[in-house]
Amino acid sequence: MTNYVLRRIAGMVVVMFIVTTIVFLISHIIPGDPAAVMLGPSATADDVAALRARLGLDAPLPLQYLDFLRSVAALRLGDSIFLNRSVTQALMERAPLTIQLTLMAAGLATLLGVPIGVLSAVKRGSTIDQVVTAFSMAAASLPSFWIGLTLIEYLAVRWHILPVAGFGPPDADRLERLRYLVLPAIAVGVPNSALIIRFTRTSMLDVLHEDYVRTARAKGLHPATVIIKHAFRNARTQVLTVIGLTVAGLIGGAIVTETVFALPGVGNLVVSAVLRRDYPVIQGALLVISGVYVLINLGIDLLYAVLDPRVRY
Amino acid sequence: MADSDAASVVQPRMRRRSASPAWLLLQRMVQRRLVVLSLIVLFVVAFCAIAGPWIAPYAPQRMDIAHRLAPPSAAHWFGSDDFGRDVLTRCIYGARLSLTVGLMVVLVSLVCGTILGVVAGYVRRLDGLLMRVTDALMAFPDILLAIALMASLGASVYDVVIALGTVYTPRVARVARGGTLVLRELQFIEATEALGASDQRVMLVHLLPNLVSPLLVQGTFIFAAAILTEAALSFLGAGVPPTNPTWGNMIASAQQYMQQAAWLILAPGFCILLTVLSLQMVGDGLRDALDPRLRRLT
Repeated sequence: MTNYVLRRIAGMVVVMFIVTTIVFLISHIIPGDPAAVMLGPSATADDVAALRARLGLDAPLPLQYLDFLRSVAALRLGDSIFLNRSVTQALMERAPLTIQLTLMAAGLATLLGVPIGVLSAVKRGSTIDQVVTAFSMAAASLPSFWIGLTLIEYLAVRWHILPVAGFGPPDADRLERLRYLVLPAIAVGVPNSALIIRFTRTSMLDVLHEDYVRTARAKGLHPATVIIKHAFRNARTQVLTVIGLTVAGLIGGAIVTETVFALPGVGNLVVSAVLRRDYPVIQGALLVISGVYVLINLGIDLLYAVLDPRVRY
Repeated sequence: MADSDAASVVQPRMRRRSASPAWLLLQRMVQRRLVVLSLIVLFVVAFCAIAGPWIAPYAPQRMDIAHRLAPPSAAHWFGSDDFGRDVLTRCIYGARLSLTVGLMVVLVSLVCGTILGVVAGYVRRLDGLLMRVTDALMAFPDILLAIALMASLGASVYDVVIALGTVYTPRVARVARGGTLVLRELQFIEATEALGASDQRVMLVHLLPNLVSPLLVQGTFIFAAAILTEAALSFLGAGVPPTNPTWGNMIASAQQYMQQAAWLILAPGFCILLTVLSLQMVGDGLRDALDPRLRRLT
């Protein structure tokens, strides 16, 4: 087990090294001068030269790369060009909101996806199953920003059930703030529940065909006991895998949805950084978000051993 | 006598034709009404996209301020927007862009992903490196990698295709590698290698044809995903320039008129829903038709 964990952590370091290289390449494949792109057409040659020097763009590319690797390894992400603060600071300020939103959306997607998926598998072929299948197909075919806007229009603007957008007044307490995250969490969670529903259904169907399920039924156990204790326990690892897979989708959904709901989170930061060509912020966000994704998936792989004693390393 | 001879000659030939894999596949897919319906929807959307300039009722940029934010009517089936431009026309032009981008992304990612995946699966010493690169690319959420690339590339349709092609290539590579790993252990590959075939020949002539079906299925799903991600890029203002109507930027600019003119956001939304849903249905249909084992489960 220790051996396996160490191997996985080593693999993770390799992947993060490649991620860092990709991030470096993305901000250095710009045709022309990134400093000129950042400052816009009205900048003077002196301004551009000054920014080039500040960003270290006048060094040869391999040197810039080494420099970049060194600062990433030391967890230094540089300074934002527009925000007048370090990238780390900007990300730290915005992270709590995005983490809350992603967790709420993940919770919703799981609470919606797993029971509905199990139900749909148990009632295979019935009307419920068909409705669920249609719902999961449709939910996966709609952009989260469209769902968000429609929710705003009906639940907030017309029926006043929930706040329209934003994150509340500056003095709002924690509970009040949570209310502002309900609609965004639905907009992110619902499309992502679709994948969980379909995977849960398929893995439950796989398990329900097994002999030990038939044996459990033949023993006269309560149908609910058979489904929960015998079938679902064995489908759990596969369900966990798909929840891990949706993490990327959830973070991506949060990025877009924060823009829809004018929420001051990491997604909003990234989108405005892209529109302003604030490369240090883009680089920092790419590194941090992919790092979180890789860590979560490592955690999920380690959880397999806890959930399924048959897993051997 | 001559007639029955002709029949006996024709019959086996017909039987042979009906047994061709493509024909069998079509037969199996047509058995499912939803798949047929989805194919029809896709055909209609594709027709609108191709024939756009001839069938669209107005020019996409024609403004008519007197009739701005007009509700759906006989003159404007889907209503008009804040500049009095016809929403149906703009949806049709949006279909041109979405389908072009989707199709080109599928081609780019299928070609690059298949090469990477087959090489990784067949040439052992490259496997580790190539798969870590795909792992790294898949560690970014689709939309995040796409907007970051757009920040560096520019804002033309080709830049969108390059960005989304980069995002979806790893998914194809995974499928191609997985298939190759299974195939390379089979005896016919061993036999080809024993006969002295070169690596290129084994990959191109023997592995590739056997990977067509899983890649076709994956291609359909990537088509659907690419349309959704392109819409999100346009919505965020990081896609093609806003002068070109796309489903995504139509929704973005409709935001502020949502209360007065719900059709502005409903029309492009339904275009996305119909197209993506149909692509997913066709993908599912293809997968089930190609893989009888999966059909048992669904």
